[in-house]
Amino acid sequence: MPNRMSMVVFSGTVDKLYPAAIMASGAVAMGMDVEIFLTFYGLDAFRMGMPQTNQKMDVNYAELAPRLAQLMKEKNVPSWYDMLLKAKEMGNVRVHACAMTLDLMGLKKEHLDPIIDDVVGVGEFVSNAKDGEITLFL
Amino acid sequence: MAVSAEQRIILDARGSFCPGPLMELIRGIKQSKVGEVLEVWSSDQGSRKDIPFWIQKAGHQLVEVVEEPGYSRFIVKKLR
Repeated sequence: MPNRMSMVVFSGTVDKLYPAAIMASGAVAMGMDVEIFLTFYGLDAFRMGMPQTNQKMDVNYAELAPRLAQLMKEKNVPSWYDMLLKAKEMGNVRVHACAMTLDLMGLKKEHLDPIIDDVVGVGEFVSNAKDGEITLFL
Repeated sequence: MAVSAEQRIILDARGSFCPGPLMELIRGIKQSKVGEVLEVWSSDQGSRKDIPFWIQKAGHQLVEVVEEPGYSRFIVKKLR
């Protein structure tokens, strides 16, 4: 069985993008390959320029958001995007864009952040995930 | 990255959060030679389990963990 973690990243809020980046880092640290499938709001968060500017947080925790943002700044926590870049530098992390979402939004790969490796269909992602040991949905 | 008097590679990851210190250690190990000793300094609580676990899994030697006020020093020898 391949030593692999697969993740579907559906959410585009910073509070969910952090665990995606941190889980990817942890998997890389433990020598695992990582497959990330970005769909819907998760893909929206990777439109060109979005990783650097997106500050959206889950509305259920809206009252916590400014406080958390302030703490992260004070404590020099790297952005989720920098964490993901670092994980990609250190190991085998593949970032895939959902073809259906791209079609729906009328976007092409060149409209997306360069961290994205390719555009794939759900079938390809699922058949790859089938062989792995861990699959997460965020 | 700095080198102390005993030619140890010091990775000061204090203030960095999980999994930052572990990532620093992995990077440091990659860049060093077999037999070299590295020290990673961490104030992150996750490191206390994560770092020894990774060292064992990766086949290196955890020489010592030294508790300092507010942080730990993990002394690691690269074995392979």
